[in-house]
Amino acid sequence: MDAVEKNREKTLEVLRILEDNARLSSEEISEMTGYTAQEIEEVIKGAEEKSIILKYKTLVDWEKAGEEIVYAVIDVRVTLTREKSYDDIAKRIAKFPEVHAVRLVSGDYDFQVVVKGKSLKEVAFFVAEKISTIPEVLTTVTHFVLRSYKEEGVLLFSDEEDRRLAIVP
Amino acid sequence: MFCSSATRRTGGSQLSHERVSRRVQGLKPSGIRRFFELIIGRDDVISLGVGEPDFAVPWRIREEIIYALEKGMTSYTSNFGLKELREAISEYYRKFGVECDAKNVLVTTGVSEGVDIALRAILNEGDGVLIPEPCYVSYSPLTSLTGGEAVAIPTTPNFRPSYELINEYARLTKPRAIVINYPNNPTGVSYSKKELEEIADAAIEHDMIVISDEIYAELSYTFKHISIASLNGMQERTIILNGFSKAFAMTGLRIGYAIAPADILEGMLKIHQYCMLCAPVTAQIGALEALRNGEDELEKMRAEYIRRRNFFVKRIRKVLDIKMPDGAFYAFPSIKSAGLSSEEFAERLLFEKNVAVVPGNAFGECGEGYIRCAYAVDMEKLRDAADRIVEFVEGL
Repeated sequence: MDAVEKNREKTLEVLRILEDNARLSSEEISEMTGYTAQEIEEVIKGAEEKSIILKYKTLVDWEKAGEEIVYAVIDVRVTLTREKSYDDIAKRIAKFPEVHAVRLVSGDYDFQVVVKGKSLKEVAFFVAEKISTIPEVLTTVTHFVLRSYKEEGVLLFSDEEDRRLAIVP
Repeated sequence: MFCSSATRRTGGSQLSHERVSRRVQGLKPSGIRRFFELIIGRDDVISLGVGEPDFAVPWRIREEIIYALEKGMTSYTSNFGLKELREAISEYYRKFGVECDAKNVLVTTGVSEGVDIALRAILNEGDGVLIPEPCYVSYSPLTSLTGGEAVAIPTTPNFRPSYELINEYARLTKPRAIVINYPNNPTGVSYSKKELEEIADAAIEHDMIVISDEIYAELSYTFKHISIASLNGMQERTIILNGFSKAFAMTGLRIGYAIAPADILEGMLKIHQYCMLCAPVTAQIGALEALRNGEDELEKMRAEYIRRRNFFVKRIRKVLDIKMPDGAFYAFPSIKSAGLSSEEFAERLLFEKNVAVVPGNAFGECGEGYIRCAYAVDMEKLRDAADRIVEFVEGL
């Protein structure tokens, strides 16, 4: 492995560890990887500067916390013009704080937009007023999320336990 | 003239020792058993005593098994195992340097069965078997059960059976076989190509069959695992044993395999067909899915074990002498500096800090002075356990 490849491997390993648990300290990551804590900090700083690391967040089960949050997945079909590309339309949609995610997708429609709100009504009106009215938007189909089972690769339920014996040769 | 049935029953209920065969009576009770009893009933124990992955079987594999059950795939398979599985195994073993035909593969009910039938297939009464120790607990009892003579080779303190060491013991005992296990349970040590060559030289020189337990092959961290059978002249005298328990976290499904020269495999098959008939069909189906699509999950688990290994070793190195393990999920620190025996250490660690480890002497006499810590627990628990071990040793 040359120096570039080694450096890449180091960065990827730190990112993989942080993606799973952003609360680990540089010392702990150093213990897990064998790199020095200073090396870890340099990697993290570099990744932050290059916007490889965008943000440190917490995955919260709001339903369990007793907070009512409504999510809807909106299929958005658009028409393109010489003046307006996918990027232009997507940026316009993405900048609304109510919009949780915007993805250009393959298939029957163009954008998959996730909207977050306090009530069905709030989300429905937001879509009607702010997304459907964009001139390039042809149609929208709104799917309200009724229950979530897995988010960001994390199961929102647990039905398995460690059944191993305490001592096994 | 005839005694009543009641009398007959009473008479029969007086179990005498003699009803259990002398061979079985002669087996030493498991060193782990006693320790297991100590843990039962204790709450909040963090156990580093578990020699199996903390991951469940990857869902993809489980789902395939569920589907097979739904389709009613519940019958016996060929004694050898499913044809597709044997083919997949022979293909898979190329990654460890071995070219073999599917007909040299026998699917077994875990490596445990593999060890048993391998020994039974090759040993005559009184044949010696070299067993480098510390090692997994079954090799020596299974050798005795089949009438062989287990000859322990102590490998402390570096845990590597060198040519000289094997040679010395082979000259004295004229053994029929040697059982090696790398990466090793309990030491975590694995053998490089050069070290395997030394073992191979000794095996050829003394005309020994090598039983090569490679169950931890996929969990090799320091260097790429190669099988001793890949070395010149070794395939014809090697019985490779491997399985899905560790790499794919499939312990309870009991599924493994043997790759052996035709004559030996034929012998093993004879025993297998009478004592086992075939490995569980559901597990065989799962194993096939593991080989076809299990690589990504395996990679994830391996990456996690490496992180835990680094973390754990670094933490307990503050207080105990420990070598960085090459593979598996065991750390085997020396506790000699603590001034306690392995059992005292393990017992007091359990009672005083609620951390369970296995005393090293459970894996052979020369394991005295060591403890086996399995880092097959999640990071949170591992951190706690490591800190408690450090506290314990510092407080001695």
